[in-house]
Amino acid sequence: MAYSDKVIDHYNNPRNVGSLDKEDAHVGTGVVGAPECGDVMKLQIRVNDDGVIEEAKFKTFGCGSAIASSSLATEWVKGKTVDEALSIKNTDIVEELSLPPVKIHCSVLAEDAIRAALDDYRSKSGKDAATEKAEA
Amino acid sequence: MSKLIYLDNNATTPLDPRVLEAMMPYLTHEYGNAASRSHQFGWAAEEAVAQAREHVAALIGASSKEIIFTSGATESDNIAIKGAVEMLAHKGRHVITVKTEHKAILDTCKYLETKGLADVTYLDVAPNGLITVDQVRDAIRDDTIIISVMHANNEIGVLQPIKEIGALAREKNIWFHTDATQSIGKIPFDVDDLNVDIASLSGHKLYGPKGVGVLYARRRKPRIRLAPVLHGGGHERGMRSGTLNVPGIVGIGEACRLAKLDLAKDMAHAKELRDAFEKRMVEALDHVEINGSAEHRLPNTTNLSFSCVEGESLIMGIPDIAVSSGSACTSASLEPSYVLRALGVGDEHAHSSIRFSFGRFTTKEETERAAEQLISTVTRLREMSPLYEMVKEGIDLSTINWTAH
Repeated sequence: MAYSDKVIDHYNNPRNVGSLDKEDAHVGTGVVGAPECGDVMKLQIRVNDDGVIEEAKFKTFGCGSAIASSSLATEWVKGKTVDEALSIKNTDIVEELSLPPVKIHCSVLAEDAIRAALDDYRSKSGKDAATEKAEA
Repeated sequence: MSKLIYLDNNATTPLDPRVLEAMMPYLTHEYGNAASRSHQFGWAAEEAVAQAREHVAALIGASSKEIIFTSGATESDNIAIKGAVEMLAHKGRHVITVKTEHKAILDTCKYLETKGLADVTYLDVAPNGLITVDQVRDAIRDDTIIISVMHANNEIGVLQPIKEIGALAREKNIWFHTDATQSIGKIPFDVDDLNVDIASLSGHKLYGPKGVGVLYARRRKPRIRLAPVLHGGGHERGMRSGTLNVPGIVGIGEACRLAKLDLAKDMAHAKELRDAFEKRMVEALDHVEINGSAEHRLPNTTNLSFSCVEGESLIMGIPDIAVSSGSACTSASLEPSYVLRALGVGDEHAHSSIRFSFGRFTTKEETERAAEQLISTVTRLREMSPLYEMVKEGIDLSTINWTAH
């Protein structure tokens, strides 16, 4: 299979590999996929007090396209607000990385990972806000 | 020195220069048809084919009259199974084979089933990839006509107990076929010693050319007659019509002659490289597993699972090394290997498996270079693997409720 130059670049020089503390209230964690399907993505975001994603990290088990999709996703969510990040679509990833049809599921998984991380952050911060209110 | 390292000798082998040399006259000025009985061109071709037949026969302990030239092992497998089912239709319709056979056997059997021509039993293998003689014995019915069990498996290299299965088949008066494509030329193979009635082999797996293979069919005790798949001029004792591929046949003949000559040397060479490679992998990396029996297998093959690393990404990281992925993700199907599945290897491990097959022309330097490149790529990919992180944290991956997609 021929990979696009961008996929190869992300595979060789993945951006933002690593992990954030998943217990941190400012951190949202999304883990999607399954080992038996051949891909698992973990995507994490740290949101600052202004609601802007200031840090994003990923770890991915999967093919080169899956690694590239998640690497690209971390680049794209950084600097965006939570709402802006929700607007990232898998088709944008397909286009940017020139993914072939058999690899479209990698981009879907990356979009799912972004949403899962955002959902996790929201449910955490929602709970935190409620707690703060109760304490006040 | 080429930058590329070829560790995919079970897929195909390079043509031995000595084989090419033997073939050259028949690709150029000796262009006769071996069936032309009326002139020198035909006689020369016929003589070359006769000599090739002797070389093939000598390698496998057969008589030259028992050698039928085909286009390759796939065709040989087709003739063996379809030919036996048709020829013995009056006697029965039951076929016994194994789930890890090559597709040339499995798809032929499925075809016969869908056409209503045969009932097929597909034996399960143990986690080490092997079947037992007792499994075969238990599967035999009154109407069993042929048992087909491969000698060496192409993906994991394990060796089935064909000598014992052959003895059982003989005792029960059932024909025994073995697809010996991966074993002939790599380890000793003698049709009498192994109780084989019908065997398939291929030229390009033993440093011969592609497009030529052999079907061995025993002439006495039992006398094997197979209905042809190709009809025509009645070549090859009527079992395989079609003008003989003289250069290809000369090539496979010379390849067999060399295989017999170099067998001990080739075996020792492949085993030394394979064992050194395996040892280095297991020492340098944790969570590496050998798929299939480490004891009963070819000397040149190792199939390794690199836990928590996906096979396609691993292959992408070693662009200079030619290997084969245990998962078929590199093809269009995105399915993990059916062979590894039959062993009970979990899909996540099947996705992490790579086959390395060494050969006559693999060097020690290449083997060492490949090992180091592989170690650094596995290490790098594990650093970005969420699964490896979990394993290191002591989480059992099988307890997680994954979102299958």
